[in-house]
Amino acid sequence: MSIVMNEPELVAETPPPKRSRGGFIGEVVRGRPSAAVGAVLLGIFILIAIFAPYIEPYNVHQQVGPVFAPPSEQHWLGLDDGGIDMVSLLIQGGRISLVVGFAAALVATFIGGGIGILSGYFGGATDTALMRFTDYFLVIPDVPLMIVVAAIWGPSLFHIIMVIGILLWTGTARIVRAQVKSVRERVYVKRARSLGAGHGRLILLHVLPQIAPLLIANVVLTVAVAIFDETALAFLGLSDPSAVSWGTVIEHAFERTAISSGAWWAIVPPGICVALVIMGCFLLGQAIEDALNPRLKVAYLSVKGFRLRPLVGQGPSAL
Amino acid sequence: MRGADYVIKRSGFALVTIFVAITLNFLLFRALPGNAVSNLARVPHATAALREALTREFGLDKPKWEQYLIYVKQLSHLNFGISYANQQPVWNNLRTKLGNTIPMAALGTAFAIVIGVGTGVLSAWRRGTVLDQVSTNLAIAFYAFPTQWLGLMLLILFAGVLPANGMSNPFLFNPTFWQKVVDLAKHMFLPSLTFALTLYGEYTLIVRSAMLETLGEDYVLTARAKGLSTWQVVRKHALRNAMLPTITLIALSLGYIVAGAILIETVFSWPGIGLAVYKAVGDRDYPMLQGAFLVLTLSVVFFNFVADLLYFKFDPRINE
Repeated sequence: MSIVMNEPELVAETPPPKRSRGGFIGEVVRGRPSAAVGAVLLGIFILIAIFAPYIEPYNVHQQVGPVFAPPSEQHWLGLDDGGIDMVSLLIQGGRISLVVGFAAALVATFIGGGIGILSGYFGGATDTALMRFTDYFLVIPDVPLMIVVAAIWGPSLFHIIMVIGILLWTGTARIVRAQVKSVRERVYVKRARSLGAGHGRLILLHVLPQIAPLLIANVVLTVAVAIFDETALAFLGLSDPSAVSWGTVIEHAFERTAISSGAWWAIVPPGICVALVIMGCFLLGQAIEDALNPRLKVAYLSVKGFRLRPLVGQGPSAL
Repeated sequence: MRGADYVIKRSGFALVTIFVAITLNFLLFRALPGNAVSNLARVPHATAALREALTREFGLDKPKWEQYLIYVKQLSHLNFGISYANQQPVWNNLRTKLGNTIPMAALGTAFAIVIGVGTGVLSAWRRGTVLDQVSTNLAIAFYAFPTQWLGLMLLILFAGVLPANGMSNPFLFNPTFWQKVVDLAKHMFLPSLTFALTLYGEYTLIVRSAMLETLGEDYVLTARAKGLSTWQVVRKHALRNAMLPTITLIALSLGYIVAGAILIETVFSWPGIGLAVYKAVGDRDYPMLQGAFLVLTLSVVFFNFVADLLYFKFDPRINE
């Protein structure tokens, strides 16, 4: 393994050819079926969220039938505790959940990326100070801290986004820092520096483009965590009570006796939606990371006897 | 001697983290709109004199740094303040609740580790087979389901078969010791199972990737060449080395265990520290919330420290 271990460095040294962002995702998806599955899942939910007002069959603020009416031809997934159509609730809820997820992930990546870049680029005392700071926050449990801050700050969608975003940056900071440290030592960065380029120029023009794909992977993976955390906060009654998200749909069903009423249709679908989006983010994000760090792994042991098997390009199944 | 250095370093880190957590706790709750005085003086006809007396009683007339010192000093005497909700000292409340949470969470985590390590090793060993695909995809699925939702699904599935809330049946008449144990086990089963299901997926993926890494090492090839049986290679050479990253990552997932406890206990009305957090949020019982948050944070810091020590014990390279 010692010879193989050096491989990532060598591969990372050659700068990847320039291509557009869409081209990069296309590159990732090609040859990685699980990434395609993830991208399609995520894409479907994003499209539904964008066109929610045009495709939701009923108004989510209007009672359209009896309380906890079971699934029928008019209402494919039945009605909830207020006689509101579940399909409409899921479509509308997906919109809010995805907005919260992406907004919080952007905030987290912005903070984490910023700290990671500063730490990795400047090194020395800045690095030590920032990484110590990160280490302490890494240990303090996210969700309880989110609960405390959200409870103090009061329930609103903006607060939820900020709370999740501000507390999810630690992982990003560490990953970005490691990558920036290696980019900083590359020859072209050194050349640019010796030509007199300032810190701002070096970071924006030479370091940032190199870590952009990593940041994208990070946003995608953080979206999953943010959506997960939103459902948790909503379940504890800390989300905006007037906004419909998948989290509040689950919370309402639990609070308002969907289980003892036997109304599984009010509680099963939102959880499955959350899981599908999270799986989509996970599969896609892992595949991007995998594409950024192609390692040739071999296993000397497998069921079918001794055989060398390259592990490249299997996406998350080759984790 | 580097071993001693390592232990001292990790202890120092743990202590500073505790200090950071306490300070954060102080600052967060001082940022509250209003303070104890404005809350208590909301009675009709509260006079300026009453306000002043209360301010003095709570020490709010002192400068902030002195308030902070007093806070730290009181904490060192385990004085977490008085709960708004039941007027009992917060520490007394927390102690009983912590006692209820620990067995349930420990059982769930133990299940998760056993299932996670088992399926992870199996997946890595039989990589590329249907078994591997099924177990990896299941792991990702369970990793993706919201914790509270999984709990609710179990509630629906086991409705009527197993008790749905609380930790004991209040209607047991003169129960024998054995009956009590059975009753507790019945109540504990669903919350612990939820715990295990939400945690194991992550462990499977971690163990699988760690195992794949070690299975590609030269010493595995050597062991294989020596003619050791497959089982011996897996257990003695691959798994042992794969345990190192696994321990670290299990320690890092402790934050999720704590978060999971809050959601799971809310679903199953398990009278532990997680349910206490839920109720404190609902009642705006800030001293209780502050205390619970501190206890949860400290337990994560503590177990991280334990994981560091275990790492030290298992990795001879640190010990050189």
